[in-house]
Amino acid sequence: MIELRDVARIYNQGQPNEVAAVRGVSLKLPAGRACVIKGPSGSGKTTLLMLIACMARPTSGRVLLDGEVVSALPEHFMARERRHTFGFIFQRFNLIRGLSVMENIMLPAYPDGMPFGTLRNRARELLQRLQLTHRAQAPVEELSGGEAQRVAIARALINDPPWIIADEPTANLDSQLVLRLLEELAALKADGKSLIITSHDPRVFEADLVDMVVEMEDGRVVSVSER
Amino acid sequence: MSGWKQWLARQRYLLDFTVAAMWRRRWRNLLLLLVYALVVFLLASVLFYGSALRRDAAAVLSEAPEVTVQRIVLGRHALSPPDWPDRLRGIRGTRQVQGRLWGYYYDRANGANYTIMVPSHFSPEHSLKPGEAIVGAAVKRLRDERGLGWLHLLSPADNRLLRLKIVRTLPAESELVSADLILVSEKDFRRFFHLKPEDGFTDITLRVRNRNEIDTVAAKISTLLPQARVITRRDILRTYENLFSWREGVVLAMLAAALAAFAIFAFDKASGLSAEERREIGVLKALGWDTRDVMAMKLWEGMLVSLLAFLFGVVAAWLHIYMFDAGVLVPVLKGWSVLYPQVALTPHVDALQLAALAFMTIVPFTAATLVPVWKAAITDPDVVMR
Amino acid sequence: MMQRSRLFQRRSTPVLLMLGAGMALLLAEIACSGLCFADRLHARQRTAQLVAQLGLSDIALFTEARYTRHPSQADLFTPFQDAPGSLEHFPSGSLLTPPPHIVPTTGRARQSPPSPSSNQPDNRE
Ligand SMILES: Nc1ncnc2c1ncn2[C@@H]1O[C@H](COP(=O)(O)OP(=O)(O)OP(=O)(O)O)[C@@H](O)[C@H]1O
Ligand SMILES: [Mg+2]
Repeated sequence: MIELRDVARIYNQGQPNEVAAVRGVSLKLPAGRACVIKGPSGSGKTTLLMLIACMARPTSGRVLLDGEVVSALPEHFMARERRHTFGFIFQRFNLIRGLSVMENIMLPAYPDGMPFGTLRNRARELLQRLQLTHRAQAPVEELSGGEAQRVAIARALINDPPWIIADEPTANLDSQLVLRLLEELAALKADGKSLIITSHDPRVFEADLVDMVVEMEDGRVVSVSER
Repeated sequence: MSGWKQWLARQRYLLDFTVAAMWRRRWRNLLLLLVYALVVFLLASVLFYGSALRRDAAAVLSEAPEVTVQRIVLGRHALSPPDWPDRLRGIRGTRQVQGRLWGYYYDRANGANYTIMVPSHFSPEHSLKPGEAIVGAAVKRLRDERGLGWLHLLSPADNRLLRLKIVRTLPAESELVSADLILVSEKDFRRFFHLKPEDGFTDITLRVRNRNEIDTVAAKISTLLPQARVITRRDILRTYENLFSWREGVVLAMLAAALAAFAIFAFDKASGLSAEERREIGVLKALGWDTRDVMAMKLWEGMLVSLLAFLFGVVAAWLHIYMFDAGVLVPVLKGWSVLYPQVALTPHVDALQLAALAFMTIVPFTAATLVPVWKAAITDPDVVMR
Repeated sequence: MMQRSRLFQRRSTPVLLMLGAGMALLLAEIACSGLCFADRLHARQRTAQLVAQLGLSDIALFTEARYTRHPSQADLFTPFQDAPGSLEHFPSGSLLTPPPHIVPTTGRARQSPPSPSSNQPDNRE
């Protein structure tokens, strides 16, 4: 379970362009569920995900993972949490140009230094599962939007993390691909992964797999509804 | 899995990434590598050439005369009177006192400067009859171009032609000291330069029996002949210790070029990361790389370029100096000399010199690639990614 | 898309091969410096003998001027070719420092005996 206690994140604190992206959020996100965070653009959804996934430290408040405070861990341990606990699918995919599909997928496992054969086999399994095998050696800049997203998903899964976090996963997809994505997310949930998804797309937060919807506005949580 | 194995595997992965990332700008990076390798090549060539030359000069000149005595008149080197050899023979501990006859001759036909010399009495195998000459290999080459087995030298004193038959050539392997020599008999020498026996000698050399006594002998000579300047073998050797040393012009010029090139690279690097590079670092961090991994990856980037440039530059410089007889440097060093020895230097690798070169080329370059990354690498990924 | 060959499956492989090759070449050169040039060492010894026989004092690298052909024999004034204010104009002259024994301020001063020329005003600087 992930717990946020009175968490705030202020950008450029003390400067004229100060932005309080998240202010005073307290929230419990149980494991094994699919949770959607919705809200208008600029309401702080992405920032909140970053705080949850150990990519940013809260300006105040705490983030707890299974009862332990992670938001104050030293950088090295934060990095390890990012790697092993969370798989992050970015709003704009953030694939690394110039690397092949295969290399992009393996990227989060590089710091662990496992034998190449092991890593390659894992990556191949994921490619197969996401029907990307034929594109394995393609440079990522040649991919279509749907393919790029599947690469991003595969990359999030390479270290087999318990939590999968997706930021606006449907923003760049047409309706057919949205359906396919929802199937893939459902499959992940069936595998026992916990999902946290931000979206203002009704097709996502009204989907069957969603257990919980958190609504944000202007950096605050305004409602939490469970199904 | 043991720790170091994992460490190695990680470094290899980081290298995979670096290579892929660098491949995106392959032409720029290859050009950088090429230019840097060229700079290292020039620098290493000068260093190798200089140190090999110093060593070879020291080795061959270790047999130079222990003491040379010159007469100085008006601050300039003048002829030594004919009675000096006998007066020097009186000093204890000396042997083989010898009045040397040598002088320069400018050959107007081809612009070459020769050193014309009378071989020592103490070297019977070089003794010559009038009309005969032994020449250095570079002189021989120059002659061969014009298809001559004879030397025709126009006497600077009376414009009469001296005709010499080349009876032998000094071995090419000794060109470092003998390239421009023309050995002639004393009679020809004196006639050629209009030097009467009472004019004396160019200078006097003597050997000293016990090398510990060289300084004592030199001191005695100074007292005996106040007009004389005494040059000991140690002085000669010291003269060449500084040849091409760091202060010297060409090295400095090369170094300046190297530094300029380096400054350009460093500026290119230090002028900051592009937005894309920053973003990429943010993404890597977000994917679970920590600061250390990002830095190590960038370290590899700098190391790859500079290490490859160092290796290729040094390897090529070694081949250049020792296999191709410094073909690139020689035209620069030749200056206005028409005669230039073709010298095959004896290779010697100086570990300290190599280490210094490696340090100079690898460390600053790597640091220059690393410094601008530092700031991006320690910030939270969410800030870097925007 | 063609399957990449085994060699290029990992991007670092060719680069590591290049590094290894460079390293091996350098080591080979270092080893060779000590081992393959015995003939040059012998030639050097024979040259030293020639130096002894002919009583040579300098190396014949730069034949363009007196003081570059026989730097160890040069006097303090030769490089100026009779004009004490003239600039160095032989390229090789810039490669040679004045011999320490004629310019006591740049070389290690010689303790004994003081040569006459070292008493002369040092106007080389
Ligand atoms: N690194 C940053 N520096 C400064 N301000 C930031 C930074 N990141 C986010 N912000 C600001 O914080 C606020 C919340 O941003 P955030 O990206 O969390 O919103 P969002 O809900 O994800 O919006 P969207 O739906 O458009 O993705 C915005 O006003 C944004 O401009
Ligand atoms: Mg967002």
